[in-house]
Amino acid sequence: MQAGTSRLRGTGMTLAYDRRTVAEDLTVAVPDHSFTVVIGPNACGKSTVLRALSRMLRPTSGSVLLDGADIHRRPARQVARTLGLLPQSSIAPDGITVAELVARGRYPHQGLLRQWSREDERVVEESMTATGVADLADRVVDELSGGQRQRVWIAMALAQQTPLLLLDEPTTYLDIAHQIEILDLCARLHEEQGRTLVAVLHDLNHAARYATHLIAMRDGRVVAAGPPGEVVTAELVAEVFGLSCRVIEDPESGTPLVVPAARRPAARPAPEPA
Amino acid sequence: MTVLRTPGGYSLRFRPRALAVGAGCALLAAGLGVLAIAGGDYPMTPADVLRTLLGGGTPAERFIIHELRLPRLVTALLVGAALALAGAVFQSLVRNPLGSPDMLGLTQGASTGALVVVVLGGGSLALSGAAVASGLATGVLVYLLTWRNGVHGYRLILVGIGITAILTGVNGYLLTRAPLMDAARAVLWLTGSLDGRGWSEALPLLIVLGVLGPLVLLGCGPALRMLEMGDDTAAALGVPVRRLRMALLAAAVLLVSFAAAAAGPVSFVALTAPHLARRLTRSPGPNLLPTMCVGATLLVAADLVAQRAFTGHQLPAGVITGAIGGAYLVWLLAMQRRAGRL
Repeated sequence: MQAGTSRLRGTGMTLAYDRRTVAEDLTVAVPDHSFTVVIGPNACGKSTVLRALSRMLRPTSGSVLLDGADIHRRPARQVARTLGLLPQSSIAPDGITVAELVARGRYPHQGLLRQWSREDERVVEESMTATGVADLADRVVDELSGGQRQRVWIAMALAQQTPLLLLDEPTTYLDIAHQIEILDLCARLHEEQGRTLVAVLHDLNHAARYATHLIAMRDGRVVAAGPPGEVVTAELVAEVFGLSCRVIEDPESGTPLVVPAARRPAARPAPEPA
Repeated sequence: MTVLRTPGGYSLRFRPRALAVGAGCALLAAGLGVLAIAGGDYPMTPADVLRTLLGGGTPAERFIIHELRLPRLVTALLVGAALALAGAVFQSLVRNPLGSPDMLGLTQGASTGALVVVVLGGGSLALSGAAVASGLATGVLVYLLTWRNGVHGYRLILVGIGITAILTGVNGYLLTRAPLMDAARAVLWLTGSLDGRGWSEALPLLIVLGVLGPLVLLGCGPALRMLEMGDDTAAALGVPVRRLRMALLAAAVLLVSFAAAAAGPVSFVALTAPHLARRLTRSPGPNLLPTMCVGATLLVAADLVAQRAFTGHQLPAGVITGAIGGAYLVWLLAMQRRAGRL
């Protein structure tokens, strides 16, 4: 594990859905002010870990600590002011506008007699500006494109004003240009606002380019964790994904770039004489 | 959205349109109510009605209004509001526009209790009590059968459909066992009627709605809006999803059971009112307060039509709500099919 402090960590977690155990005795730490990305093959438990860290799933043993206290013992609203989550799928209510949806991110800061403060208004406007959706404020969410919609949901999570933000596969279902747009946005939020981000990503090269801290998982275990430059090697990719590849330097960013090995042409049977 | 702010850092936010809809419905309900009170075997002018309600009038007028017609009106208002609130809560909880107590077996459950009393031969108090008890028991049963790490939408609907089917069979059996006179009375009850309802029917519901109404509206309303976006999103925003679902389900079951005890299983108000309110307020999400006002107005209107539509022959209000609600449902399905959503 990386040196430094971690406000959010899971120790000795056993994670299970009903009777199916996904991970046992799993320990992960999210370095403060990092952009941590969790990678691994399908069904390795990476989304499950994110669900546990965001208190959507209660570990059957072990615990998730937020600022040193068990996340499940703290009041839900209080946790929601520290830790935000963008789930894989959210439902935009029928006919809701962008500004209304982003405003819902203020819920943990509101109360019966404090329904809409100037602070709420300011934060919602800032969140929409930071994600580039301010121009869409009065548009109905259902009518937006996939990339725009994802930015709106991120704006809602930002409006929650949490120092920690967890994103479960934020680029799934988006085309390559929108994927990069969302990841650039995340990197900017991380750099400019100093938020700690944790994302689950499918694309190893995206992870290597944008993460400051990588956690590689396989079969419910953490295989490696650290800066992408140290973690992403041909051996690790072979071990985690079972893929033979070369790792070269990304000419754009200088980060590791995984190039899968070319398929060897199959030996052709000699043509039968006619 | 309009915001009111006070110097102390307090702020209130509301939609003027939703308030207007609520106020409009309340006015309409009051107007219809005066008309309903004025008519009948002893006709009065609306002015007479208002004067009597304000403390004047002859002793005969006072008796007719305070003891006969006002409790019926109050019962209609309360039942309409309670069913509408329960319907809005159910539809939000199951995230389905067809979620309603009619389709979750609750109304059938309440009917079973009432029918048992009819067959065994009991008074109206026993009938109301049995309806409440069996409605609550059905709610608990549906809940237990649905429970799996919380109560989720589709399971709730499917279990509800199963329970409805079973109870419909049981109710049919009970009806065939009842003596003819009692069976006729039972069928009237099963249609949902406000005829002859007095303060003893109105009071329990008034208390239940008086306690649960503010709790649901103020205590759960904002969180219910968050729940619309999915359990995970709501939980991430700090909504205690499981506890909220449990509390809301319990509240809705109580409301439906007491409403059924007061007026029988009046159909379709719970289904229709939330949709109407949504269309009128043009705002997304559960609009609980406007929905309650719409529900109350609907039932008062339906009861007025039921009393006056056919001279000399009163219909049970449930016939009117059923006819209107059924037509509305078909229209809703046709619209959704055209919009490609169903």
